[in-house]
Amino acid sequence: MNTSASPAAMATPSVASPVESPEAFAEYLAAQEKKSLLRFLTCGSVDDGKSTLIGRLLYDTKLVFEDHLLALEKDSRKHGTTGEEIDLALLLDGLEAEREQGITIDVAYRFFTTERRKFIVADTPGHEQYTRNMATGASTSDVAVLLVDARHGIVTQTRRHSFIVSLLGIRHVIVAVNKIDLVGYDEKIFTQIRQAYQAFAGGFGFKTLTAIPISARYGDNVTARSERMPWYKGPTLLEHLETVDVEEDRASRPFRMAVQWVNRPNLDFRGYSGTIASGRVAPGDTLVVAKSGKASKVKRIVTYDGDLDQAAAGDAVTVTLEDEIDISRGDLLAAANDRPEVADQFAAHLIWMHDEPLFPGRSYLLKCGAKTVTASVTDLKHKIDVNTFEHLAAKELRLNEVTFCNLSLSEPIAFDSYDSNRETGAFILIDRFTNATVGAGMISYGLRRATNVHWQAIDVSKESHAALKAQKPAVLWFTGLSGSGKSTIANIVEKKLHAMGRHTFILDGDNVRHGLNRDLGFTEADRVENIRRVGEVAKLFVDAGLIVLVSFISPFRAERRMARDLVGPGEFIEVYVDTPIEDCEARDVKGLYAKARAGKLKNFTGIDSPYEAPESPEIRLDTTAGTAEEMADRLIESLRERGMIA
Amino acid sequence: MSIDRTTHLRRLEAESIRIIREVAAEFRNPVMLYSIGKDSSVMLHLAMKAFYPSKPPFPLMHIDTTWKFRDMILFRDETARRLGLDLIVHSNMDGIAQGVTPFSHGSSYYTHVMKTEALKAALTKYGFDAAFGGARRDEEKSRAKERVFSFRTATHTWDPKNQRPELWQLYNGRVAKGESIRAFPLSNWTELDIWQYIMAENIPIVPLYYAAERPTVERDGQILMLDDERFPVAAGETVETRLIRFRTLGCYPLTSAFESEATTLPEIVREMLIARTSERSGRLIDHDDAASMEKKKREGYF
Repeated sequence: MNTSASPAAMATPSVASPVESPEAFAEYLAAQEKKSLLRFLTCGSVDDGKSTLIGRLLYDTKLVFEDHLLALEKDSRKHGTTGEEIDLALLLDGLEAEREQGITIDVAYRFFTTERRKFIVADTPGHEQYTRNMATGASTSDVAVLLVDARHGIVTQTRRHSFIVSLLGIRHVIVAVNKIDLVGYDEKIFTQIRQAYQAFAGGFGFKTLTAIPISARYGDNVTARSERMPWYKGPTLLEHLETVDVEEDRASRPFRMAVQWVNRPNLDFRGYSGTIASGRVAPGDTLVVAKSGKASKVKRIVTYDGDLDQAAAGDAVTVTLEDEIDISRGDLLAAANDRPEVADQFAAHLIWMHDEPLFPGRSYLLKCGAKTVTASVTDLKHKIDVNTFEHLAAKELRLNEVTFCNLSLSEPIAFDSYDSNRETGAFILIDRFTNATVGAGMISYGLRRATNVHWQAIDVSKESHAALKAQKPAVLWFTGLSGSGKSTIANIVEKKLHAMGRHTFILDGDNVRHGLNRDLGFTEADRVENIRRVGEVAKLFVDAGLIVLVSFISPFRAERRMARDLVGPGEFIEVYVDTPIEDCEARDVKGLYAKARAGKLKNFTGIDSPYEAPESPEIRLDTTAGTAEEMADRLIESLRERGMIA
Repeated sequence: MSIDRTTHLRRLEAESIRIIREVAAEFRNPVMLYSIGKDSSVMLHLAMKAFYPSKPPFPLMHIDTTWKFRDMILFRDETARRLGLDLIVHSNMDGIAQGVTPFSHGSSYYTHVMKTEALKAALTKYGFDAAFGGARRDEEKSRAKERVFSFRTATHTWDPKNQRPELWQLYNGRVAKGESIRAFPLSNWTELDIWQYIMAENIPIVPLYYAAERPTVERDGQILMLDDERFPVAAGETVETRLIRFRTLGCYPLTSAFESEATTLPEIVREMLIARTSERSGRLIDHDDAASMEKKKREGYF
């Protein structure tokens, strides 16, 4: 028992034996039917031996096939770090780059099975920059195996991983004190680490916390009890994984099911298909559509295998109701007597997962259950330092940072707190342009002001304001580089419209920065807020029936999109004043380019801050093709063609 | 049915149904890639369950290299007829015209032209924005890291280092025009799960999975079956009738058989548990180079 390549001596024969005789096999098959499923993740610092541990579990439960072993022996000689012995970690590190670098850079899912349970393992990276992957692995896991190197004890990453595991709602933690062989199987060291961990993890709300001394490399206390640690009386890692009770009894919580798909094979059948997130349901139960409050009774629970008398959390079913009520994809069906919250604002923890930072005010897509709405972060209450758990002030959120913040949605949605329901309390944020998944959130509570601050109905409507002025209100949004001629052209256009008897108003970037936006600078975060405020003011002026000319650099597509979404369809005319940067710089009326080039002006659009040109503006003015006067005429002509003016 | 729905098979089933429904709900024009094998049979069975009493709201598509086993084609057509589903069969006609065969061009080039290129062309031709595949994460190393909703660029390529994070079961199905998602409902199933489920649900599978006497030759240590007269028997090779079966099914010249007496499902499962060789080793295309599956996947292979 002294080399890693001789696992047979200590492996538990959990799979191979039943095939010996047909009788034993029949028994085995019957037992297989009763196996449960456990999802867990492994996390720890870079060299704590996560991949080796999972490799060991696969190896010892005999799920490594001969051809994989052959490939492994070849790979071990080429890339391995264990000399002549088989490097079990190489079983896991799948992608080419990882085999070269010797680190795990993405979440890998692995599977093994014993007589009692099937296991799905998320192997997650320890490197700081890949924290998002750990959160990903944790989101679907019920148990976390946290590796600690016996030589180093609890380190910064142990704290960070514990925090993320707790944030993602995992309630069962195993502290695997690995490489115990390298500290002489010393009980004292193990006890110190266990006590230190218990002391610092007290506030994380873990239901069970089990420390186990192991050597992943040599197999001690992984699947078989170690003879070298007679002082340890607890279970082996595998024994514990096979028996830990993770049933949160989701079935005993209030009924929730998001409607994924409306099932209408013909006019006589209308069912709502979805997976039950929590609780139970039976025909005759009264359910409500959480958002509308409309109620009905369950008629049937339909499945391919026949109708069910009852279904519970985890089941994928189709429900039909007694009454025809309006239900569509994304609606949350809930127990009538224990309903979720419904609000268009809530407070949540948010993990940022993208290189491009989060800015308050910027609009994203939010997916919660089967519902997708637009949403923005209105208030970053604080960032949380994942190493010290300190609360820090924040204006933006960067990759792998965690915040507690308020979000505001385009419409109310139904949800529970993440603490009470991991399914109905979780959401992701999606970038509206790249479609990348940029954030993951866990809802804490709905904001009361969302439910209590109602719109004041106003009798003189937008339409009547416009009718009195006999015009169609609109926003003419001039975007372009500094010095492109936006304000000059906007000014001429306004004079012409004014002369035609139109009611207009100009919002100019520089002028607004002297007043309303005096408190804002030129960082990306401030630029987003700058545009949000101007967008809101422009919307109010449109409500007042005016033609608003907005002349702002507005470099980011996302914010121009946000401003567009604030007003009605057809009311937003994006005017791209397209002037090459060389021309802008050559003119440099305000001397800003010179300053920026000299490094005296930071975050200057076109120099050290990006300008995202419009992809399909309503109007593009090529300023190299004529004078400002001619550009203004072209714009007026275009408004006429669009029926905006007579 | 009185099956305990908390068991691992029922949990896997429910997870897959959820994935299949989500794709149908979020995409404009999805398609289910149907490869006729056991995994495809399970995936199709799950799709029938997911939408019952409706039919799956998408067609099946088979990329036919024209070198599949004859039994597979019979089974394919019979399955589509039995379930009343639309079946699209697509072949790379240029490849056929150029005479690309596994015998003449080598497995790597042949697979690229007749499978990868054919698949990409078909996806583009029909404008599918989502395609279901029956791949499992336990099959191969690079698959272990693939998402359930796996993003593909407009040129159908996969970037393993730039995958969207996938949390909970909140799948991001947003794509721009021309881009697509490959959806893998069986991601978390293992080969053993598949067989147990086939057994529990009585799912029909191609007879080639069962042992029978079949004409074979031995070549490079692998047993190949002579499925039709196109198989060139080399000098020195003898055609022998052997009692064989297959663990996976693909193009017959590229799929090796093994000698077996398993003629029932329990016997197949039992044999599988004794087997010490992983299933893709029966596929000759994976051996071309060490990271060959990852390379093929980047290029658009399933």
